[in-house]
Amino acid sequence: MIYLDNAATTLHKPQCVIDAVVCALNSMGNASRGANDCALQASRIIYDTREKLAEFFGCSRPDHVVFTANSTEALNIALSGVFHPGDHVITTDCEHNSVLRPLYRQQEEGTISLSFVPADPMGRVNYNDFESLIQPNTRAIVCTHASNLTGNVIDVARVGKIARRYNLLLIVDASQTAGVIPIDMEAMNIDILCFTGHKGLMAPQGTGGMCIREGVEIRPFKVGGSGVHSYDHHQPQPYPTRLEAGTLNGHGIAGLHAAMEYLEQVGIDTIHQKEMALMTKFYEAVRTIPGVTVYGDFDSPRTAVVTLNIDQEDSAAVSDALMEDYQIATRAGAHCAPRMHQALGTVEQGAVRFSFSWFNTEEEVEAAIRAIRELAE
Amino acid sequence: MRQKKPALVITFDSTTQAMAAEKFCTSQGLPGRIIPIPREISAGCGLSWKALPSAKDTLLSSMEAAGLHWSGWQIIEI
Repeated sequence: MIYLDNAATTLHKPQCVIDAVVCALNSMGNASRGANDCALQASRIIYDTREKLAEFFGCSRPDHVVFTANSTEALNIALSGVFHPGDHVITTDCEHNSVLRPLYRQQEEGTISLSFVPADPMGRVNYNDFESLIQPNTRAIVCTHASNLTGNVIDVARVGKIARRYNLLLIVDASQTAGVIPIDMEAMNIDILCFTGHKGLMAPQGTGGMCIREGVEIRPFKVGGSGVHSYDHHQPQPYPTRLEAGTLNGHGIAGLHAAMEYLEQVGIDTIHQKEMALMTKFYEAVRTIPGVTVYGDFDSPRTAVVTLNIDQEDSAAVSDALMEDYQIATRAGAHCAPRMHQALGTVEQGAVRFSFSWFNTEEEVEAAIRAIRELAE
Repeated sequence: MRQKKPALVITFDSTTQAMAAEKFCTSQGLPGRIIPIPREISAGCGLSWKALPSAKDTLLSSMEAAGLHWSGWQIIEI
Protein backbone atom coordinates (compact mmCIF):
# COMPACT_ATOMS: atom_id res chain seq x y z
CA MET A 1 0.00 0.00 0.00
CA ILE A 2 1.06 3.57 -0.71
CA TYR A 3 0.03 5.70 2.24
CA LEU A 4 -0.74 9.29 1.29
CA ASP A 5 -2.99 10.30 4.18
CA ASN A 6 -0.35 11.74 6.46
CA ALA A 7 -2.38 14.86 7.23
CA ALA A 8 -4.76 12.50 9.06
CA THR A 9 -1.99 10.62 10.83
CA THR A 10 1.51 9.59 9.90
CA LEU A 11 1.31 5.84 9.41
CA HIS A 12 5.03 5.18 9.36
CA LYS A 13 6.82 6.07 12.57
CA PRO A 14 10.59 6.08 13.17
CA GLN A 15 11.75 2.76 14.57
CA CYS A 16 13.07 4.54 17.67
CA VAL A 17 9.49 5.64 18.45
CA ILE A 18 8.21 2.08 18.23
CA ASP A 19 11.09 0.81 20.36
CA ALA A 20 10.51 3.49 22.99
CA VAL A 21 6.83 2.60 23.32
CA VAL A 22 7.61 -1.10 23.64
CA CYS A 23 10.25 -0.35 26.25
CA ALA A 24 7.81 1.87 28.16
CA LEU A 25 5.13 -0.81 28.06
CA ASN A 26 7.59 -3.16 29.69
CA SER A 27 8.92 -0.84 32.35
CA MET A 28 7.02 2.37 32.95
CA GLY A 29 5.07 3.08 36.11
CA ASN A 30 2.54 5.85 36.69
CA ALA A 31 4.11 9.28 36.47
CA SER A 32 3.50 11.59 39.41
CA ARG A 33 2.12 8.72 41.45
CA GLY A 34 4.74 7.96 44.07
CA ALA A 35 8.49 7.65 44.17
CA ASN A 36 9.15 4.04 43.29
CA ASP A 37 11.70 3.50 40.54
CA CYS A 38 9.10 2.74 37.87
CA ALA A 39 7.00 5.80 38.71
CA LEU A 40 10.07 8.01 38.76
CA GLN A 41 11.21 6.63 35.42
CA ALA A 42 7.86 7.69 33.98
CA SER A 43 8.03 11.10 35.65
CA ARG A 44 11.53 11.68 34.34
CA ILE A 45 10.77 10.85 30.73
CA ILE A 46 7.59 12.92 30.82
CA TYR A 47 9.44 15.89 32.28
CA ASP A 48 12.20 15.51 29.72
CA THR A 49 9.59 15.50 26.97
CA ARG A 50 8.15 18.74 28.35
CA GLU A 51 11.61 20.28 28.13
CA LYS A 52 12.07 19.10 24.55
CA LEU A 53 8.67 20.43 23.49
CA ALA A 54 9.23 23.77 25.24
CA GLU A 55 12.50 24.24 23.41
CA PHE A 56 11.05 23.01 20.12
CA PHE A 57 8.11 25.45 20.21
CA GLY A 58 9.81 28.40 21.90
CA CYS A 59 7.85 28.09 25.14
CA SER A 60 9.77 29.69 27.99
CA ARG A 61 8.58 27.29 30.68
CA PRO A 62 8.67 23.47 30.46
CA ASP A 63 6.09 23.36 33.28
CA HIS A 64 3.71 25.23 30.97
CA VAL A 65 3.72 22.32 28.53
CA VAL A 66 0.51 20.38 29.22
CA PHE A 67 -0.11 16.91 27.81
CA THR A 68 -3.44 15.96 26.29
CA ALA A 69 -4.69 13.14 24.10
CA ASN A 70 -4.59 15.20 20.91
CA SER A 71 -5.10 18.68 19.48
CA THR A 72 -8.86 18.48 19.87
CA GLU A 73 -8.57 17.92 23.60
CA ALA A 74 -5.99 20.68 23.92
CA LEU A 75 -8.22 23.09 21.99
CA ASN A 76 -11.26 22.15 24.08
CA ILE A 77 -9.32 22.76 27.29
CA ALA A 78 -7.98 26.07 26.03
CA LEU A 79 -11.19 27.37 24.48
CA SER A 80 -13.38 26.37 27.43
CA GLY A 81 -10.94 27.80 29.95
CA VAL A 82 -10.10 31.31 28.86
CA PHE A 83 -13.31 33.07 27.85
CA HIS A 84 -15.80 34.98 29.98
CA PRO A 85 -19.42 35.90 29.26
CA GLY A 86 -19.57 38.69 26.72
CA ASP A 87 -16.22 37.96 25.08
CA HIS A 88 -15.91 38.27 21.31
CA VAL A 89 -13.66 35.86 19.45
CA ILE A 90 -12.22 36.07 15.94
CA THR A 91 -11.47 32.89 14.03
CA THR A 92 -11.23 31.90 10.36
CA ASP A 93 -12.93 29.90 7.65
CA CYS A 94 -9.82 27.71 7.52
CA GLU A 95 -10.51 26.00 10.81
CA HIS A 96 -11.05 22.34 11.57
CA ASN A 97 -14.06 21.30 13.63
CA SER A 98 -11.70 20.91 16.59
CA VAL A 99 -11.70 24.71 16.72
CA LEU A 100 -15.14 25.39 15.28
CA ARG A 101 -17.25 23.14 17.48
CA PRO A 102 -15.86 24.28 20.85
CA LEU A 103 -16.45 27.86 19.68
CA TYR A 104 -19.92 27.15 18.27
CA ARG A 105 -20.91 25.51 21.55
CA GLN A 106 -19.94 28.56 23.59
CA GLN A 107 -21.64 30.81 21.05
CA GLU A 108 -24.86 28.78 21.35
CA GLU A 109 -24.60 28.84 25.14
CA GLY A 110 -24.45 32.63 24.92
CA THR A 111 -20.97 32.92 26.40
CA ILE A 112 -19.17 34.37 23.40
CA SER A 113 -19.86 35.99 20.05
CA LEU A 114 -17.93 34.96 16.97
CA SER A 115 -16.60 36.58 13.81
CA PHE A 116 -14.95 34.76 10.92
CA VAL A 117 -12.11 35.91 8.71
CA PRO A 118 -13.32 34.66 5.33
CA ALA A 119 -11.32 32.46 2.99
CA ASP A 120 -11.37 33.16 -0.74
CA PRO A 121 -11.91 30.43 -3.39
CA MET A 122 -8.19 29.56 -3.15
CA GLY A 123 -8.50 29.16 0.61
CA ARG A 124 -6.53 32.32 1.38
CA VAL A 125 -7.27 34.85 4.11
CA ASN A 126 -6.87 38.61 3.92
CA TYR A 127 -4.83 39.64 6.96
CA ASN A 128 -6.51 43.04 7.09
CA ASP A 129 -9.72 41.23 8.00
CA PHE A 130 -8.33 40.16 11.38
CA GLU A 131 -7.92 43.80 12.32
CA SER A 132 -11.19 45.03 10.82
CA LEU A 133 -13.16 42.43 12.81
CA ILE A 134 -11.82 43.58 16.18
CA GLN A 135 -14.46 44.95 18.56
CA PRO A 136 -14.12 46.58 21.99
CA ASN A 137 -14.95 43.23 23.64
CA THR A 138 -12.71 41.06 21.44
CA ARG A 139 -10.71 38.75 23.67
CA ALA A 140 -8.90 36.41 21.33
CA ILE A 141 -7.95 35.31 17.85
CA VAL A 142 -8.12 31.56 17.32
CA CYS A 143 -6.57 30.31 14.11
CA THR A 144 -4.97 27.33 12.52
CA HIS A 145 -1.36 27.45 11.40
CA ALA A 146 -2.22 25.55 8.22
CA SER A 147 -5.41 24.32 6.64
CA ASN A 148 -5.82 20.58 6.81
CA LEU A 149 -7.74 20.78 3.53
CA THR A 150 -5.66 23.02 1.26
CA GLY A 151 -2.30 22.97 3.03
CA ASN A 152 -2.20 26.78 2.93
CA VAL A 153 -0.12 28.15 5.81
CA ILE A 154 -1.40 31.16 7.71
CA ASP A 155 1.27 33.70 8.62
CA VAL A 156 0.85 33.33 12.36
CA ALA A 157 3.62 35.80 13.12
CA ARG A 158 1.65 38.44 11.21
CA VAL A 159 -1.53 37.55 13.08
CA GLY A 160 0.47 37.59 16.32
CA LYS A 161 1.55 41.18 15.72
CA ILE A 162 -2.10 42.19 15.35
CA ALA A 163 -3.04 40.26 18.50
CA ARG A 164 -0.28 41.89 20.51
CA ARG A 165 -1.10 45.38 19.23
CA TYR A 166 -4.69 45.02 20.46
CA ASN A 167 -3.83 43.00 23.58
CA LEU A 168 -5.70 39.92 22.36
CA LEU A 169 -4.95 36.30 23.14
CA LEU A 170 -3.65 34.32 20.17
CA ILE A 171 -4.57 30.64 20.29
CA VAL A 172 -3.07 28.55 17.48
CA ASP A 173 -4.00 25.12 16.20
CA ALA A 174 -0.72 23.62 15.01
CA SER A 175 -2.12 20.20 14.17
CA GLN A 176 -0.87 20.35 10.58
CA THR A 177 2.45 22.08 11.17
CA ALA A 178 3.99 20.80 14.41
CA GLY A 179 7.06 18.85 13.35
CA VAL A 180 7.31 20.18 9.81
CA ILE A 181 7.25 23.98 10.01
CA PRO A 182 9.21 25.92 12.66
CA ILE A 183 7.11 27.48 15.42
CA ASP A 184 8.44 29.97 17.96
CA MET A 185 5.75 31.03 20.41
CA GLU A 186 7.71 33.99 21.69
CA ALA A 187 8.66 35.34 18.29
CA MET A 188 5.17 34.75 16.89
CA ASN A 189 3.34 36.17 19.94
CA ILE A 190 1.40 32.93 20.45
CA ASP A 191 -0.29 32.65 23.85
CA ILE A 192 -1.55 29.07 23.59
CA LEU A 193 -0.21 26.58 21.06
CA CYS A 194 -2.18 23.36 20.62
CA PHE A 195 -0.52 20.42 18.91
CA THR A 196 -0.95 16.74 18.29
CA GLY A 197 1.76 14.11 18.42
CA HIS A 198 0.61 11.65 15.81
CA LYS A 199 0.96 13.71 12.64
CA GLY A 200 4.12 15.65 11.80
CA LEU A 201 5.79 14.87 15.09
CA MET A 202 5.55 11.16 14.14
CA ALA A 203 4.64 10.07 17.67
CA PRO A 204 1.89 7.64 18.72
CA GLN A 205 -1.79 8.51 18.56
CA GLY A 206 -3.11 9.61 21.94
CA THR A 207 -0.31 12.13 22.41
CA GLY A 208 -0.54 15.88 22.09
CA GLY A 209 -0.78 18.94 24.22
CA MET A 210 -0.52 22.64 24.55
CA CYS A 211 2.18 25.15 25.35
CA ILE A 212 1.03 28.11 27.42
CA ARG A 213 2.70 31.47 27.59
CA GLU A 214 3.64 32.49 31.14
CA GLY A 215 0.85 34.56 32.65
CA VAL A 216 -1.98 33.09 30.55
CA GLU A 217 -4.67 31.65 32.82
CA ILE A 218 -6.74 28.62 31.73
CA ARG A 219 -9.41 27.23 34.03
CA PRO A 220 -9.29 23.45 34.63
CA PHE A 221 -11.36 21.44 32.16
CA LYS A 222 -11.26 18.25 34.23
CA VAL A 223 -10.32 17.71 37.85
CA GLY A 224 -9.20 14.64 39.73
CA GLY A 225 -6.07 12.71 40.60
CA SER A 226 -2.93 14.82 40.58
CA GLY A 227 -0.41 12.96 42.73
CA VAL A 228 0.09 16.09 44.85
CA HIS A 229 -1.97 18.00 47.46
CA SER A 230 -4.36 15.06 47.70
CA TYR A 231 -6.43 16.45 50.58
CA ASP A 232 -7.26 19.70 48.81
CA HIS A 233 -10.81 19.89 47.48
CA HIS A 234 -9.67 21.68 44.38
CA GLN A 235 -7.29 20.89 41.54
CA PRO A 236 -3.79 22.23 42.31
CA GLN A 237 -3.25 25.52 40.49
CA PRO A 238 0.34 25.25 39.22
CA TYR A 239 0.68 24.20 35.59
CA PRO A 240 0.80 21.53 34.27
CA THR A 241 -1.03 19.80 37.16
CA ARG A 242 -3.92 22.26 36.84
CA LEU A 243 -4.87 20.84 33.44
CA GLU A 244 -3.66 17.24 33.70
CA ALA A 245 -6.02 15.41 36.07
CA GLY A 246 -5.73 11.65 35.76
CA THR A 247 -3.01 9.33 34.55
CA LEU A 248 -1.09 10.61 31.56
CA ASN A 249 -0.45 8.51 28.47
CA GLY A 250 3.06 7.76 29.65
CA HIS A 251 3.67 5.02 27.12
CA GLY A 252 2.69 7.30 24.27
CA ILE A 253 4.68 10.19 25.68
CA ALA A 254 7.74 7.92 25.79
CA GLY A 255 7.18 7.52 22.06
CA LEU A 256 6.81 11.27 21.66
CA HIS A 257 10.08 11.70 23.54
CA ALA A 258 11.83 9.42 21.06
CA ALA A 259 10.13 11.23 18.18
CA MET A 260 11.44 14.58 19.43
CA GLU A 261 14.95 13.14 19.55
CA TYR A 262 14.48 11.84 16.01
CA LEU A 263 13.35 15.27 14.82
CA GLU A 264 16.34 16.87 16.53
CA GLN A 265 18.66 14.50 14.68
CA VAL A 266 17.08 14.82 11.25
CA GLY A 267 16.00 18.45 11.47
CA ILE A 268 12.54 19.66 10.55
CA ASP A 269 13.88 21.80 7.71
CA THR A 270 15.22 18.64 6.09
CA ILE A 271 11.89 16.92 6.63
CA HIS A 272 9.89 19.84 5.24
CA GLN A 273 12.13 20.14 2.17
CA LYS A 274 11.68 16.49 1.30
CA GLU A 275 7.94 16.58 1.86
CA MET A 276 7.63 19.73 -0.26
CA ALA A 277 9.68 18.15 -3.04
CA LEU A 278 7.33 15.16 -3.11
CA MET A 279 4.28 17.40 -2.95
CA THR A 280 5.57 19.66 -5.74
CA LYS A 281 6.37 16.72 -8.00
CA PHE A 282 2.82 15.44 -7.56
CA TYR A 283 1.21 18.88 -7.94
CA GLU A 284 3.11 19.83 -11.08
CA ALA A 285 2.10 16.55 -12.73
CA VAL A 286 -1.58 16.40 -11.79
CA ARG A 287 -2.50 20.07 -12.23
CA THR A 288 -2.17 19.78 -16.02
CA ILE A 289 -4.22 16.59 -16.37
CA PRO A 290 -7.49 17.45 -18.15
CA GLY A 291 -10.44 17.30 -15.77
CA VAL A 292 -8.36 17.68 -12.61
CA THR A 293 -9.02 20.65 -10.32
CA VAL A 294 -6.46 21.34 -7.62
CA TYR A 295 -7.39 23.52 -4.63
CA GLY A 296 -5.28 25.92 -2.61
CA ASP A 297 -2.51 28.46 -3.00
CA PHE A 298 0.72 27.00 -4.33
CA ASP A 299 2.59 30.32 -4.49
CA SER A 300 2.79 30.82 -0.73
CA PRO A 301 4.14 28.82 2.23
CA ARG A 302 2.29 25.56 2.63
CA THR A 303 2.35 22.04 3.94
CA ALA A 304 2.76 18.91 1.82
CA VAL A 305 -0.90 18.58 0.90
CA VAL A 306 -2.50 18.42 -2.56
CA THR A 307 -6.28 18.33 -2.65
CA LEU A 308 -8.09 17.75 -5.92
CA ASN A 309 -11.17 16.59 -7.73
CA ILE A 310 -11.64 14.86 -11.06
CA ASP A 311 -14.39 16.49 -13.13
CA GLN A 312 -17.62 16.20 -11.13
CA GLU A 313 -16.82 12.73 -9.75
CA ASP A 314 -17.74 12.10 -6.14
CA SER A 315 -14.52 12.45 -4.14
CA ALA A 316 -15.48 9.35 -2.15
CA ALA A 317 -15.65 7.31 -5.38
CA VAL A 318 -12.23 8.58 -6.50
CA SER A 319 -10.66 7.84 -3.13
CA ASP A 320 -12.24 4.39 -3.10
CA ALA A 321 -10.92 3.64 -6.61
CA LEU A 322 -7.45 4.74 -5.52
CA MET A 323 -7.59 2.35 -2.59
CA GLU A 324 -9.20 -0.62 -4.32
CA ASP A 325 -7.54 -0.46 -7.72
CA TYR A 326 -4.20 1.18 -6.92
CA GLN A 327 -3.68 0.49 -3.20
CA ILE A 328 -3.22 4.21 -2.57
CA ALA A 329 -4.61 5.56 0.71
CA THR A 330 -6.05 9.09 0.54
CA ARG A 331 -8.81 10.99 2.29
CA ALA A 332 -12.08 12.01 0.66
CA GLY A 333 -15.08 13.98 1.88
CA ALA A 334 -15.25 17.03 4.12
CA HIS A 335 -12.10 16.61 6.22
CA CYS A 336 -13.89 18.15 9.24
CA ALA A 337 -13.36 21.55 7.56
CA PRO A 338 -16.88 22.66 6.61
CA ARG A 339 -16.25 26.38 6.17
CA MET A 340 -13.22 25.81 3.99
CA HIS A 341 -15.23 23.51 1.72
CA GLN A 342 -17.82 26.27 1.47
CA ALA A 343 -15.09 28.71 0.46
CA LEU A 344 -13.74 26.31 -2.17
CA GLY A 345 -17.22 25.45 -3.45
CA THR A 346 -16.77 21.74 -2.76
CA VAL A 347 -19.47 21.09 -0.17
CA GLU A 348 -21.36 18.61 -2.37
CA GLN A 349 -18.43 16.95 -4.09
CA GLY A 350 -15.94 16.95 -1.24
CA ALA A 351 -12.33 16.58 -2.36
CA VAL A 352 -9.56 14.01 -2.44
CA ARG A 353 -6.61 14.88 -0.26
CA PHE A 354 -3.10 13.57 -0.87
CA SER A 355 -0.71 14.31 1.99
CA PHE A 356 2.94 13.37 1.97
CA SER A 357 5.37 12.49 4.73
CA TRP A 358 9.07 12.09 5.40
CA PHE A 359 8.75 8.37 4.72
CA ASN A 360 7.15 8.64 1.26
CA THR A 361 9.24 8.11 -1.86
CA GLU A 362 9.39 9.53 -5.37
CA GLU A 363 8.33 6.14 -6.70
CA GLU A 364 5.17 6.32 -4.62
CA VAL A 365 4.45 9.81 -5.94
CA GLU A 366 4.93 8.60 -9.50
CA ALA A 367 2.49 5.75 -8.90
CA ALA A 368 -0.07 8.23 -7.54
CA ILE A 369 0.39 10.44 -10.62
CA ARG A 370 -0.18 7.46 -12.93
CA ALA A 371 -3.31 6.55 -10.99
CA ILE A 372 -4.81 10.04 -11.29
CA ARG A 373 -3.95 10.15 -14.98
CA GLU A 374 -5.78 6.86 -15.58
CA LEU A 375 -8.78 7.77 -13.43
CA ALA A 376 -9.14 11.10 -15.27
CA GLU A 377 -9.23 9.46 -18.71
CA MET B 1 12.41 0.25 60.24
CA ARG B 2 15.55 2.19 59.45
CA GLN B 3 17.06 4.33 62.17
CA LYS B 4 15.88 7.92 61.87
CA LYS B 5 18.42 10.65 61.14
CA PRO B 6 18.15 14.38 60.53
CA ALA B 7 17.59 15.15 56.85
CA LEU B 8 16.97 18.14 54.69
CA VAL B 9 13.67 17.77 52.81
CA ILE B 10 12.87 20.20 49.99
CA THR B 11 9.25 20.12 48.87
CA PHE B 12 7.60 21.01 45.57
CA ASP B 13 4.19 22.07 44.36
CA SER B 14 4.19 19.65 41.46
CA THR B 15 5.91 16.57 40.11
CA THR B 16 7.19 18.73 37.27
CA GLN B 17 9.02 20.99 39.71
CA ALA B 18 10.48 17.93 41.44
CA MET B 19 11.66 16.47 38.15
CA ALA B 20 13.24 19.73 37.12
CA ALA B 21 15.10 19.86 40.43
CA GLU B 22 16.22 16.25 40.16
CA LYS B 23 17.50 16.72 36.63
CA PHE B 24 19.39 19.85 37.64
CA CYS B 25 20.89 18.44 40.84
CA THR B 26 21.94 15.21 39.16
CA SER B 27 23.56 17.03 36.26
CA GLN B 28 25.43 19.31 38.69
CA GLY B 29 26.55 16.49 40.98
CA LEU B 30 24.59 17.96 43.88
CA PRO B 31 23.72 15.56 46.71
CA GLY B 32 20.36 13.97 47.42
CA ARG B 33 17.55 11.99 45.86
CA ILE B 34 13.81 12.05 45.30
CA ILE B 35 11.66 10.53 48.07
CA PRO B 36 7.92 10.47 48.77
CA ILE B 37 7.00 13.53 50.81
CA PRO B 38 7.19 12.57 54.54
CA ARG B 39 3.99 12.83 56.59
CA GLU B 40 5.75 15.16 59.02
CA ILE B 41 5.67 17.76 56.27
CA SER B 42 2.48 17.01 54.38
CA ALA B 43 -0.20 14.37 54.55
CA GLY B 44 -1.02 12.90 51.19
CA CYS B 45 1.27 12.32 48.28
CA GLY B 46 3.92 14.13 46.35
CA LEU B 47 7.65 14.18 45.85
CA SER B 48 10.46 15.85 47.73
CA TRP B 49 14.26 16.04 47.63
CA LYS B 50 16.14 14.48 50.54
CA ALA B 51 19.75 15.33 51.34
CA LEU B 52 22.04 15.74 54.34
CA PRO B 53 21.26 18.89 56.34
CA SER B 54 24.77 20.15 55.65
CA ALA B 55 23.91 20.42 51.94
CA LYS B 56 21.10 22.94 52.52
CA ASP B 57 22.89 26.14 51.57
CA THR B 58 24.59 24.66 48.52
CA LEU B 59 21.37 23.08 47.25
CA LEU B 60 19.10 26.05 47.78
CA SER B 61 21.51 28.61 46.38
CA SER B 62 22.26 26.46 43.34
CA MET B 63 18.58 25.81 42.67
CA GLU B 64 17.74 29.48 43.06
CA ALA B 65 20.51 30.48 40.68
CA ALA B 66 19.11 28.01 38.14
CA GLY B 67 15.62 29.53 38.40
CA LEU B 68 14.06 26.39 39.86
CA HIS B 69 10.89 26.46 41.93
CA TRP B 70 10.19 24.73 45.25
CA SER B 71 7.57 25.25 47.88
CA GLY B 72 9.61 24.92 51.08
CA TRP B 73 12.24 23.04 53.06
CA GLN B 74 12.57 21.52 56.49
CA ILE B 75 15.11 19.58 58.47
CA ILE B 76 13.38 16.66 60.11
CA GLU B 77 14.22 13.23 61.44
CA ILE B 78 13.18 10.59 58.97
